[in-house]
Amino acid sequence: MNLVVEGLVQRFGDATVLDGLDLRTGDIRALVLVGPSGGGKTTLLRILAGLDLPVAGSVAFDGVALPREETGLRAYRRRVGTVFQSWNLFPHLSALENLLLPLVHVHGLSRAAALARVRGPLERFRLAAEAGKRPAQLSGGQKQRIAILRALVVDPQRLFLDEPTSALDPEMTAEVLEMIGELSREGTRFVLVTHEMAFARRVADEVAFVAEGKVLAHGPATTMFDACPVPRVRDFFSRILP
Amino acid sequence: MPRALAHTIVVAVLIGLLLLAFRSSGYEFRWEGVWESREMFLRGWLVTIGMSLAALVLSALVGLLAAMGLASRYRLVEALARVYVELVRGTPLLVQLLVGFYVVANAVGLENRYVVGVLVLALFSGAYMAEIFRAGLASIPAGQRDAARAIGLTPWQALRLVILPQAVRLVLPPVAGQLVSLVKDSSLLSVIAVSEFTLAAQQVNSLTYSTLECYLPLAAGYLLLTLPLSALARHLERRFAWEAGS
Repeated sequence: MNLVVEGLVQRFGDATVLDGLDLRTGDIRALVLVGPSGGGKTTLLRILAGLDLPVAGSVAFDGVALPREETGLRAYRRRVGTVFQSWNLFPHLSALENLLLPLVHVHGLSRAAALARVRGPLERFRLAAEAGKRPAQLSGGQKQRIAILRALVVDPQRLFLDEPTSALDPEMTAEVLEMIGELSREGTRFVLVTHEMAFARRVADEVAFVAEGKVLAHGPATTMFDACPVPRVRDFFSRILP
Repeated sequence: MPRALAHTIVVAVLIGLLLLAFRSSGYEFRWEGVWESREMFLRGWLVTIGMSLAALVLSALVGLLAAMGLASRYRLVEALARVYVELVRGTPLLVQLLVGFYVVANAVGLENRYVVGVLVLALFSGAYMAEIFRAGLASIPAGQRDAARAIGLTPWQALRLVILPQAVRLVLPPVAGQLVSLVKDSSLLSVIAVSEFTLAAQQVNSLTYSTLECYLPLAAGYLLLTLPLSALARHLERRFAWEAGS
């Protein structure tokens, strides 16, 4: 995927969260957004995922601009998948029904076809035994892996993952990162916001450092982590990398 | 101590105290006149049940509309809903019934006092329902709407498949509680001469002059309705306690 962002501005009340953000990637599979909290990563991801409209600026994936009105954006959201920090599964439905809902009600599959579609992925990620449980009965790691499957089973063009492990303990973090890593190796395209720098280095084709509402630096993972020419970014990494 | 035993002890002590109080007052019970009027009590009791149920169904509709009005983007609609809720919750039902029957119903030519009674009761209860529904809708986390939009649901689908199923579970217990209030509040319908349970007791009393013999069964008759409803409300609360951890 090739992403071009130009002059993106987002405000919430008086606060300017994105301040004329520009980003131009190569033809890549995985883009990772890193940077300090409150720097605008999540706000940027929500716009890329078609959840929020920016105040100004434009976004284009592979040369196709994102729609600027809700109906067009909804059609766009149906072609991509989004995973949230706090998973946001539907608590009144079982894990299985959480997966079936978008297939049946958004993509028009019959229940039987939808069941056939989700069986393989559930088994593959060792979640088949959990399918009948409500989200409240699942561990955090299981919830997030179901949430990733919910985004994935509709066969999206790309995934947007917003700090998918920030609400998890280390063991569950490992199990979720392992799943994302596996999807990455298979060629799933995604944009990921994360604080897991070691993981970012492993999966990212490009890393963008977002702070103060702008992209302060971006490039291949190795350049970014080991030899970034921008002092502000080097400082950040030197403080958090071992 | 088991809960049932604790309840029994408390109730037994209360009844004992009550009996002592009656004895020291020197009141002589005469049940014959009241017993002869038992059919009147029963008819009144059934009218109370019927009108409460009718008012409940209507007030749920009114409450849902008003709750949507309270959350409306349109200032005028929001103001209308807000004024309705505050006006109704801020004035006595007694006044609403009298004004509703002798002024409003009279002006529009509505003569059936049962219909007027149910309408006023529904409008009264609807204002409380509106706040229950508003709170229920507001307590669905924003992440649920995000997730519904992210998978591409339309706003109507999001409401039907995601928001309402969760909100209904949240509001059922307080709605059952509201029904308890509604049953008791319906006793005020006697002021516009609806022959419900309380009016029946008043009429029997004026015939037999045996006040307590009329009003004690009246209290028992209401408890017979409200206690199971309270139990239902508590049961629903426990049953839907799963939530959390989405």
